[in-house]
Amino acid sequence: MSDNPLIKIENLHKVYFLGATKVHALRGIDLSIDKNEYVAIMGPSGCGKSTLMNIIGCLDVPTVGKYWLNGKDVSQLGDNELAQIRNREIGFIFQTFNLLPRASALANVELPLIYNKTPAAKRHELAKQALEKVGLADRMHHKPNELSGGQRQRVAIARALVNNPSIILADEPTGNLDSKTGEEIMEILDNLHEQGNTIILVTHEKAIAEHAKKRIYLRDGKIVGEEELVKSEG
Amino acid sequence: MIDYFREAWLVFRSHKVRSFLTTLGIFIGVTTIIIIFTIIKSINTYIVGEFSQLGSTTIYVDKFPWVITENFFEYRNRPPITLREYQVLKRKLVGIRWISPIVNYQRKVTYRDEVLEQVMIVGSNEVYPEVGNISADVGRWFTAQEVRSARAVCVLGVQVVEELFGKEDPLGKRIKINGYPYKVIGLLEKKGKFFGFDMDKQVMIPYTSMRGYAYRWRGISIGIKIPPEMDLDAVKEEVRGIMRSARKIPPGEKDNFSINQQDMLTDFYKQITGTAYIVIFIIGGISLIVGGIGIMNIMLVSVTERTREIGIRKAVGATRSHILLQFLTESVTISSIGGILGVIAGVLLANIPLSMMKLSASVSVTTVLIGYGFSAFVGIVSGLYPAQKAARQNPVEALRYE
Repeated sequence: MSDNPLIKIENLHKVYFLGATKVHALRGIDLSIDKNEYVAIMGPSGCGKSTLMNIIGCLDVPTVGKYWLNGKDVSQLGDNELAQIRNREIGFIFQTFNLLPRASALANVELPLIYNKTPAAKRHELAKQALEKVGLADRMHHKPNELSGGQRQRVAIARALVNNPSIILADEPTGNLDSKTGEEIMEILDNLHEQGNTIILVTHEKAIAEHAKKRIYLRDGKIVGEEELVKSEG
Repeated sequence: MIDYFREAWLVFRSHKVRSFLTTLGIFIGVTTIIIIFTIIKSINTYIVGEFSQLGSTTIYVDKFPWVITENFFEYRNRPPITLREYQVLKRKLVGIRWISPIVNYQRKVTYRDEVLEQVMIVGSNEVYPEVGNISADVGRWFTAQEVRSARAVCVLGVQVVEELFGKEDPLGKRIKINGYPYKVIGLLEKKGKFFGFDMDKQVMIPYTSMRGYAYRWRGISIGIKIPPEMDLDAVKEEVRGIMRSARKIPPGEKDNFSINQQDMLTDFYKQITGTAYIVIFIIGGISLIVGGIGIMNIMLVSVTERTREIGIRKAVGATRSHILLQFLTESVTISSIGGILGVIAGVLLANIPLSMMKLSASVSVTTVLIGYGFSAFVGIVSGLYPAQKAARQNPVEALRYE
């Protein structure tokens, strides 16, 4: 653990209401992730890993506890500030891809750039580069429904990359893909990690989690195990 | 901003039928407003043009007011305006040179075998060209001397010349008005029509030369043109005072004559059209409100349908104002398309009755802006609530929405 971690979380609690039921999703999480780490968060469904990911991704704020991202306390920020942080610091990859159905691959990748006022010409340029990185240069004018699942997920990865974020957050990125395509996607993520990106993976699949260098196990809203892998490969 | 409009246009196109039905209410509202607005405006232009022939600095002393809004019978028992009263006014009004008696009656006019029925014969004096804004184009007007000595001379309107003389030169010829001979000394300029009444089918003669006219019963009208250096209202008051004393009306009693002016007609006309404008705005307003409700409804559906899209946009960094603006742009786009189509349809449809009335449509920039402005306004107002709802979505819940 370095002195200047990218993510530092202290005693994080999250309580929310599902109808009338009070759900204590996170019960005191302490976590620190450095730059260029490759971390998998694992656990059964309902263990709180999605809630944790939403907070790390600045989509949500904790009920109790502190969260520093890049040294900045982001645990009590308002809606618009969080939006700006998501735009600059975080690239999301979702299980269901979450692309805009009416927009072309290129337009989908450009989306984050629209919200930080990148000029149109620069936007096209950056989006094209990102699509080239994931091997979709020849498909950029296709709409999501004209692309295969694997290709859609690659568009989503390009969108996550386009703003050069500090963290890439992947939530079950292979959950909707067959295992062969899933492996291809994981290869792209591995490559991104090698190029210096910080990747946080949320999954319940062991085979997927094995791509990460560090695994964190969650159960009932608490970290119950941490495992650092020192593999000789790659 | 361009991105917002492009996005809104894409949404509009991807729901063509739905968007069009939504904007139909706006379309109908704007069309109605534009049609009626254009028609009234065109008629206005025509009427004001006609009124201006009366001359804005000429006042007329008449038995009846030009605009009767009260009980007509109150005026019916008034005494007619007499030639004697004209003489009194002429003598007592200081600084007024242009004052004419005006006597109208319709008679048969003949020249050799040619007969023209129902010609307007106007008896007046030597200054009538100034008072009535008319002049002899060819030849001359009758002189003060001719008026004084009741000479049988006349000035003919264009149509009378055409029908009685054809290609022949009428100057110096003799025509008969109701059997009495008159010598043609001048020809009037072409005047056209005044509210459909043919101004060219008239003959002007010295009022002193009129024969067979019952002054006592019918009365006359007195036209007074006020020179530019004099105050119009002051002269009107003076005329009123002279008339009252000539008729020996005791103080406190109402006038039994009227002093008319072009303004009265234009004012009255504006009053009528003002009411018409209010009615249009109510009718158009109602359909715009209905249209606005339609847009709000469809925008609410759209926001719900696109909850996930909102989640995605927020996840990649859209702030509340980004989402708000996106949905507002969308509702304004929908209503504007209805508004633009409505303006076009309104102008085209307004042309149909106008061309039947032989009037040219006056479509002004204001009309178009009013029509379009209303639709844009409705778009903003009705889009505000749905857009706010969209902007306030929680990103986590929005992303989870199926």
